[in-house]
Amino acid sequence: MIWLAVLLPFLGFLVNGWLSFFRPDAKRAVSVIGVGVLVASFISALAGVVGLAGAVHDAPYIVHMWSWMPVGELQVDLAFQVDELSAVMLMVVTGVGALIHVFSVGYMREDRSYPRYFAYLNLFVFFMLVLILGANFPVLFIGWEGVGLCSYLLIGFWFDDEAKATAGKKAFIMNRIGDFGLLLAMFMIFRAVGSLDFLEVFDAAPAAFVTNGPEITLITLLLFLGCIGKSAQIPLYTWLPDAMAGPTPVSALIHAATMVTAGVYLIARTNILFAMAPVSGAVVALVGAVTALFAATIALKQWDIKKVLAYSTVSQLGFMFVAVGVGAYAAGIFHLVTHAFFKALLFLGAGSVIHVMHHAYHHTHSGEDAQDMRNMGGLRKFMPWTAAVMWVATLAIAGVPGLSGFFSKDQILAEAFARGQGAFLFYVIWALGAVAALLTAFYMTRLMLYTFHGPNRTGEAEAKQLHEAPWVMTGPLVVLAAGSALGGFLNLPHVLPGAGWLEHWLKPVTEGSVPYLSEAHLSAGLEWRLMGLATLIAAAGMIAAWYFLKPDRLGAAKAAPAEAGVQRVLLNNYYVDELYNTLIVRPTDWVSRKVLWRIIDMGAIDGAVVHGAAKVSRLLGWIGTRFQTGNLGTYVVLFVIGVLFVLSAVAG
Amino acid sequence: MSGFLASIGYGQWVLEAIMIVPLLGALIVMMGPSAQAKKIALGVALVEFVLSLGLWWAFDQGTALMQFEVYHEWIPAWGIAYHLGIDGISLFMVLLTTFMMPLTILGSWNYIKEREGPFYALMLVLTTGMLGVFVALDMFLFYVFWEIMLIPMYFIIGVWGGARRIYATIKFFVFTFFGSLLMLVAILVMYYVVGRETGEYSFSYRHLLNNTQYLGQWAFWLFGAFFLAFAIKVPMFPFHTWLPDAHVEAPTPGSVILAGILLKMGAYGFLRFAVPFFPHVALDPTVATIVVTLAVVGIIYGALVALVQPDFKKLIAYSSVSHLGFVMLGIWALTLQSIQGAIVIMINHGISTGALFFMAGMMYERRHTREIADFGGIARVVPAFAAVLTLVALSSIGLPGTNGFVGEFLVLIGSFSQYPVATAIATTGVIFAAMYILLALQRILFGKLDNPANKKMQDLSIRELFVLGPLVVCIVWIGLYPAPILRRVEVSAQALVTQVRGQLPVQAKAIPEEQQPLGKFGDDK
Repeated sequence: MIWLAVLLPFLGFLVNGWLSFFRPDAKRAVSVIGVGVLVASFISALAGVVGLAGAVHDAPYIVHMWSWMPVGELQVDLAFQVDELSAVMLMVVTGVGALIHVFSVGYMREDRSYPRYFAYLNLFVFFMLVLILGANFPVLFIGWEGVGLCSYLLIGFWFDDEAKATAGKKAFIMNRIGDFGLLLAMFMIFRAVGSLDFLEVFDAAPAAFVTNGPEITLITLLLFLGCIGKSAQIPLYTWLPDAMAGPTPVSALIHAATMVTAGVYLIARTNILFAMAPVSGAVVALVGAVTALFAATIALKQWDIKKVLAYSTVSQLGFMFVAVGVGAYAAGIFHLVTHAFFKALLFLGAGSVIHVMHHAYHHTHSGEDAQDMRNMGGLRKFMPWTAAVMWVATLAIAGVPGLSGFFSKDQILAEAFARGQGAFLFYVIWALGAVAALLTAFYMTRLMLYTFHGPNRTGEAEAKQLHEAPWVMTGPLVVLAAGSALGGFLNLPHVLPGAGWLEHWLKPVTEGSVPYLSEAHLSAGLEWRLMGLATLIAAAGMIAAWYFLKPDRLGAAKAAPAEAGVQRVLLNNYYVDELYNTLIVRPTDWVSRKVLWRIIDMGAIDGAVVHGAAKVSRLLGWIGTRFQTGNLGTYVVLFVIGVLFVLSAVAG
Repeated sequence: MSGFLASIGYGQWVLEAIMIVPLLGALIVMMGPSAQAKKIALGVALVEFVLSLGLWWAFDQGTALMQFEVYHEWIPAWGIAYHLGIDGISLFMVLLTTFMMPLTILGSWNYIKEREGPFYALMLVLTTGMLGVFVALDMFLFYVFWEIMLIPMYFIIGVWGGARRIYATIKFFVFTFFGSLLMLVAILVMYYVVGRETGEYSFSYRHLLNNTQYLGQWAFWLFGAFFLAFAIKVPMFPFHTWLPDAHVEAPTPGSVILAGILLKMGAYGFLRFAVPFFPHVALDPTVATIVVTLAVVGIIYGALVALVQPDFKKLIAYSSVSHLGFVMLGIWALTLQSIQGAIVIMINHGISTGALFFMAGMMYERRHTREIADFGGIARVVPAFAAVLTLVALSSIGLPGTNGFVGEFLVLIGSFSQYPVATAIATTGVIFAAMYILLALQRILFGKLDNPANKKMQDLSIRELFVLGPLVVCIVWIGLYPAPILRRVEVSAQALVTQVRGQLPVQAKAIPEEQQPLGKFGDDK
């Protein structure tokens, strides 16, 4: 059944790709196929997961397809692995994926490249499933780079706009920097273990590596470099805000719910390696915590509704890395799941808003920005459903008790806090996370206030065009709202009845690392107090936003004064992009162009040696008369080379 | 299939046939009407391909010994013979050559408009020359093919090339000729030294290979000569500067063959001759350090210089320098994985870079410019072209699932155990490769379609689809199911590793007992 779940989206890609060339107007067929394969994939995945849950098994199911790279000791099969962790990911990818496909039918309805869009989206789901089902590192890597490719294609979907194409390229290259780490980690693992199969590597790891030794630490740090690229953590996070150039459902699916969480998945998958390298685990948690806070501060001042959500995603991914860094793998996956619900909902809701805003401005031929919150305001009157479900998601991400985000985020902070007794660093990580949580509640409330409350700033003529999005778009939102509200019950805290279901479910995947993790236990009283504190933090953030922000006084974007001081620094992402351009991009270009190409290639090799040698041979004919004017540099070079040859001959 | 092939005695005549068919074809092309030249040439190339395809099934993957051998006395007094044979290392070079030739001829269809008869005749002569390089088992014969093949290439660039073709041709010729002359001297020295010591004067590859211990102090200088000849051909940094000029000025078929097949000869030369003949020198720590350093520098350098090229063909040329750097790293790491990876990259580079040059030619045919800046936004008007170019570009940068990944991955994972630091640096090549390829894609395909001349561009024709289609199929096939290729190469690659490492006094990595030399070569017939 599982291979069917993978195959169907690929077939969808082939058929939709074919249609995009030969029947670009067959939108109905594209919708049926594009959405149909996802729903069917979800159903077959569900059947597979139910089968997994029902059967007694002491090892993951391995589905061998064929031998991929058999070279001596290196035996890599194209094989899938179905276990408890991939089951959770399967449900998220196909479930949330199917909803987003449905939403796209409405959102992309009028796009001229409708079949191409669904072809890419289907292809993405295919690669994402390969990523989470791969039974060894190279197969995971097919999915890993494949989703990056689809991300590239979909960010640059409207490629006529140079900026969008550039954003896609930036995403791909930053991801490749991470992939470099992942590749090196694979090489090191193969050298140490002689295999790249997950099961064999994880079985062999306790004997092959010294706990806390340099080799395992380096391997896990390199793996984490891959995660940094894919999951947009400091310092490789800047591609994700730019990725918002893609269609909004793409942001929901790829850049919030699924692909960007692949890094969290990878660490959870390789949990025993990270457990054996506590230093790496601390680095992961620290990078995650700093990213969570850093991105949250930037989100405070963004005006583009999608940019707020983009930085929010970077920040929430940071929380997940805190969890997997401290060894709370189930908590990380828990937050991954709840985040998939509420962040997909927020993005799709923002998509509905943008869709409607865009139509209004399009109708009046206005060039105003349909994504700028300063042009919104009061939209709850026009879009009551969208406003309501987005509030559910906002309360969830802000951490209001009872909703999904409260439980998952609280668990991460509690796990970090519990390890503070062992090392003070984890108290720092907890504190960073707590402040980030406060800011989360603030910027999300700000987003909702500016978008849906206060007076409308869209414009008089445009306001007449505002209306609720069609059911095909609001329907998926309602389903996601249910998930955002109730997802917390997947893994309730220890002090509540029915606690830790997800943690228990994932036990077969994570139990191997238990002996390496330090015991972290919180007393029930402390756990209650931390929950109370989390509630206070959420409330403080929301109330502060409500109190300080005055949507009534906000002007439309075109009338807005330029930002100044700290606000401008935040709005411009601390000028990190400019920094990277100055320090890395432009020097690389300059060195390549001026030094390597002009000076070495055309100057030294061609100019001095090649043409010099040509001149020398001409000069040889004149040897008596012109010897003293020969190119001395050439002689020196030749002389040195000759001496080196002779020396190494003698020495060797 | 193999039963059928055996019943027609395929193994006995296949090498004779594929060597002679292109030459006969060239004669017919020259004698026939010029207007029919390309059709005849295409027919001949297709017959050639079908003939050679039987090798896939007839090849015995269980042995590292030479197969399908052909042996005729040529100049017995000097120990020269017309001796051919195929093993796992040459098998895919032969198949790559016969596979690329029909595509190249079909790809020249509209590009070559004058003197068609001589052009297609030269293409066919070139085919025999290139195959000869890959299958010759006599050093004199090998040298003859090595030089013969230069001549058609010289004319193809010099007559049908671009504006600066004379400069490019001379540069190409002088570079390669310089290297090959040194190699000739080296071959002659080997002939005399081994002949003097063994009493048997012969150019036989086996004879020389089995008696390399007599070369003694000569080995270093002989290796140097072979090294220069092959390093220029590869080309390795810093011997690469003939390549961009030759590529830019060559007509499309010239570029495709140059990149697709000719460059493989350098790498093949290392695998077949320079490394097995002189294992002590090749794996000498100082020599190995220099070669590996040059390989890694080539990977990074080629990619960075490709990044700033305004001319699409130059960009592809420099990317070749980068790709061949991986091949050299793989050869010098000398592990089973790295050698297999090197051979897979050699195949891939023929396919992917060949396809890129075809597409550069298609752009030139439509717009008469190779400047990347003259394009932009053409994905809107030529969507099929854009889709194929994207796929080929992704294969070129080694996206998993395409052929490019398999080769690079095997080379890198195989080299890591020998040269971890060099391999780690080489791996950054995947980042730089993404930079130059995506920048080129963006500037050609994406952005505003603001040049009016581009708005009328025609999408791929049926003929062009027939040129690119087989290449695209190979990209995906080798990407997902390279096992049949790897299995055919494996025993020969293992034999090479064992033979070379087995001669070293102190081995860097112990080879397990059961992996004794498989391919200890027997005596000549």
